[in-house]
Amino acid sequence: MTRPADKLIDADEAIRRTLFDGASVMVGGFGLVGKPLTLVTALNASPFRDLTILSNNLGEPGRYLGQTLQLGKIRRAIGSYFTTNPDVVRAYAEGTLQVTLLPQGTFSEAIRAGGAGLAAFYTPTGVGTLLAEGKEVREFRGRRYILEEALTADVALVRARRADRLGNLVYYATARNFNPAMATAAGKVIAEVDEIVEPGELDAEQIATPHLFVDHLVLAREHL
Amino acid sequence: MKELIARRAARLIQPGSVVNLGIGIPTLVSRYLDPDAVHLHTENGLLGVGPPPPPDRVDPNLVDAGKQPITRRAGASFFDSAASFAMIRGGHVDVAVLGALQVDERGHVANWAVPGDPVLGVGGAMDLLSGVRTVIVLMTHSTRDGAPKLVRECTLPLTGLRPASFVVTELAVFRVDEEGLVLVERAPGVPLETVRARTAARFREGEPLLPPGEGEGSA
Repeated sequence: MTRPADKLIDADEAIRRTLFDGASVMVGGFGLVGKPLTLVTALNASPFRDLTILSNNLGEPGRYLGQTLQLGKIRRAIGSYFTTNPDVVRAYAEGTLQVTLLPQGTFSEAIRAGGAGLAAFYTPTGVGTLLAEGKEVREFRGRRYILEEALTADVALVRARRADRLGNLVYYATARNFNPAMATAAGKVIAEVDEIVEPGELDAEQIATPHLFVDHLVLAREHL
Repeated sequence: MKELIARRAARLIQPGSVVNLGIGIPTLVSRYLDPDAVHLHTENGLLGVGPPPPPDRVDPNLVDAGKQPITRRAGASFFDSAASFAMIRGGHVDVAVLGALQVDERGHVANWAVPGDPVLGVGGAMDLLSGVRTVIVLMTHSTRDGAPKLVRECTLPLTGLRPASFVVTELAVFRVDEEGLVLVERAPGVPLETVRARTAARFREGEPLLPPGEGEGSA
């Protein structure tokens, strides 16, 4: 049996152990709120490139995932809202960045479904719009739905408030956002937290991510 | 003008409703809602949004969908994005208040893509329009260039095929039924000819939504 304390490692080490060139990486956060800042900084300092980043947006120019983009590490971005970063608009126009745009509810549900072992799902969101082009349309009970494929990734970088040494996670306020779903949907999951306590110290009723989803724990060095 | 629109829209919201307010003019609606009578939902994971905190009490991890600092009210709950959009898509949110770029004469909404720009941002707009029971669209009646936003047919990409329930501008309130737009209220001092001249969409005239004294003349 793995000793529980083994999950806590250094951020750079966690990135080195899990990422590779061409990897797909889920990154939690709604803007910078709930973003694993320490891990993104470690990602930016790493040599890995040609990445597919699954994150609601790509931040602001030059900051965190915005810096990842400026460093030329991102080949493809999947998310719901990229217009706030002019670098994304420019990279897309120049053809150096592929973008897959999904409605935010479809993005979050696709990750949830991916983590739950589902291949795809039908949603009414987006029927008849530009974002439904090329997607299967099917009618159920008199209403039209489009088929959306589930999303998974090689690695997920998530942010939580507290963990115990087993990797159970408790979140905080609206920093929760995409993190719990992403923690279920990747081959390797690294959780960045403010504090690590002993098993039994977290209220079992409040644990939103049970430890079986979490491979590595990293202490946050950077904060909002 | 934005305040006028927001104030009028607030009065379309029934007490007890769960309400999601979009970014822009819709955010202003909260100023005119009785905080004890409605529950504000924000799609980034909170039911029970409270007013902005004083500057020295800002919590950077407690924000609304526009990333502005908020507070939480007694009885609030936090949840993840997938659960939040399950609420929206699943029909559990009563009212969505959205901004729009155009609305056509059948009530179809275009509010996410601007011509000439690459289509790179949609956020929760399509989920809200598709899933929420009552959709109230707030917008100025005309663009900055003076072109009508209420049009025969949207020239901008649609946000969905589900029509809005109400459209509120600084000039008028429209209800949407199976046949299209119904003018139910004009702002104080705005003659019918002005609404007609500045609206490209065809509309019918209908009964006021509210009894005299609460509708036209007091908005």
